[in-house]
Amino acid sequence: MTTATTAPASRPVPSGGSPAGRRRSLLQRRQARTAWLLALPFLLLFAAFTAGPVFASLLMSFTDMRSTDVRSPFAVDLAAFDNYTALFQDDLFRKVAVNTAIFVLVGVPLTMVLALAAAVGLNNITRLRAFFRLGYYLPVVTSIVAVSVVWRFLLQPDTGPINQLLGTVGIDGPDWLGDPSLALPSLIVMAAWRNLGTLMVIFLAGLQTVPRELLEAAEVDGAGRWQRFRHVTLPLLRPTLLFGAVITGIGYLQFFEEPFVMTNGGPLNATRSVSYYIYDQFSFGNYGYAAAASYVLFVAIVVLTAIQFRVLRPKA
Amino acid sequence: MSTHTPLPATAADDDVRTGAPEPGADGGAQRSSSRWLYVVLAVGLLAMALPFVWMVLSSVKPEAEVRSIPPTWLPETYTLENYRELFDRLRFPTYFFNSTVVAVVVTAGNLVFGSMLGYALAKLDFRGKNVVFALVLGTLMVPGMVTFVPLFVLVSNMGLTNTFPGLILPYLVGPLGVFLMRQYFLGLPDELIHAARVDGAGELRIFWSVMLPLTGPALATLGILTFLTSWNNFLWPLVVAQTEDMYTLPVALALYSVGQNATQYGLLLAGAVVVVVPVIVLFLAVQRYFVQGIAMTGIK
Repeated sequence: MTTATTAPASRPVPSGGSPAGRRRSLLQRRQARTAWLLALPFLLLFAAFTAGPVFASLLMSFTDMRSTDVRSPFAVDLAAFDNYTALFQDDLFRKVAVNTAIFVLVGVPLTMVLALAAAVGLNNITRLRAFFRLGYYLPVVTSIVAVSVVWRFLLQPDTGPINQLLGTVGIDGPDWLGDPSLALPSLIVMAAWRNLGTLMVIFLAGLQTVPRELLEAAEVDGAGRWQRFRHVTLPLLRPTLLFGAVITGIGYLQFFEEPFVMTNGGPLNATRSVSYYIYDQFSFGNYGYAAAASYVLFVAIVVLTAIQFRVLRPKA
Repeated sequence: MSTHTPLPATAADDDVRTGAPEPGADGGAQRSSSRWLYVVLAVGLLAMALPFVWMVLSSVKPEAEVRSIPPTWLPETYTLENYRELFDRLRFPTYFFNSTVVAVVVTAGNLVFGSMLGYALAKLDFRGKNVVFALVLGTLMVPGMVTFVPLFVLVSNMGLTNTFPGLILPYLVGPLGVFLMRQYFLGLPDELIHAARVDGAGELRIFWSVMLPLTGPALATLGILTFLTSWNNFLWPLVVAQTEDMYTLPVALALYSVGQNATQYGLLLAGAVVVVVPVIVLFLAVQRYFVQGIAMTGIK
């Protein structure tokens, strides 16, 4: 290598580009070899356990595969769109789809409003900011299963502290998880509590990019605190807000642990989600059918994301 | 600054206003409004923390007190009976060990393989580079719910259900690692690589001994994110672990909470403590990197 680099400098070469060119192509080849060497372990594992199953799931959804076919996955019969037809004719699937839609459509705005309020609050203080940020963020790192266990007891009608607190201000708290009209809202509130920290951190980073001069200029023009927030800060924060909506929406579309631990999907399937439905069908051994349901969920995620990105796209 | 907002003018405001003109008045009004802000933020913080406080307090109460009406906050009798039952009768040491093994190996895999591919994508030229990157990035939003059925068929046919490899292999590499490490490598100067080449170092050596040691902060962020995600993972271990000796902590806790222990409140809350407290401690120890990482990627 050292000889190769010094050679052209010490001796004039007739066709100047050629040795350098050869050296570059040698380097290129060596780089490509190294790159594939570095990429190979990842790509093999990735193909087998991530990319492969994404396609396999699609294929399975067009078959009548059941748990008894596991040893011979290629011997199953094609079922065309039977699984999908059956899915959309199932009242329970329609019910869980509606539950999931409510969870997303109510949960995402609620989480975002709370996170934005916390972020704006933290952006306006100087002392203890890191401390507060840490505290609001803490639930995010904890297991959803564990916090679901805790909240199940917090929400108990007689022995839970939430109704006790309500009692001190004269409110007779209901049976949150036992009432079909309150169970899903209870789960949504818990999800907002668990997840607002992620968005708060993202929004706080976004708020710190809002130029101070712009806010001061608006103030000189007589804009009040709310007007400055509404007409200066919020428009500038739009990409950040939509990014937050995307990642929260993707997460909420898949909610599963909360009803699994807190309500078993009840009462009267009021908290059963699409993910819970997929898991149940898998447990019953209906693999092709479960795969079809999971693809419907996947398409919902892609569509939701696409819509949000369309709104996110900066106006030309 | 905000002297004309509907905040009540306090004595402090007036004092300052008589003194210095602009900046002084500004400071006074801000101070009084920020006092309220601190109160509101503190109330919010209380709401965030109380479930955890209640969890820990109730886990050291005897079962009868956990079920008392009305509930008590501070335990009238302290007992470690719930923890004793978890660790002596219910095999929580096994679940704790399983969760730890899975999370450590998964984290190591993501760090090693993610930085390898991330480096190749950021710093080496090869054909197909853009295709590889697009493919990996494209799966960033594919949920576990979509792949777990065929994944289970695959793992069953490999004979790996109810084993550590079965729990670990599907999570050993992931798009987040590649994404994060590629970003970080892109920010490192190419001159380091050129200089190392001139010195005669091989390409693999340049990656391992020259470039990788410079990625400490990115590795730390990725490591913590991966560890926590793995520790809290639920669906896949629920499907793959079929006997108690292979359960991870979340699987064991969830199955106890819907099974025959469903009404042993104190016991389940102690179980939640065992799942939650280690990650909170870990998080507090390394939170600097973690919060950076969230702001960088936006992914929990």
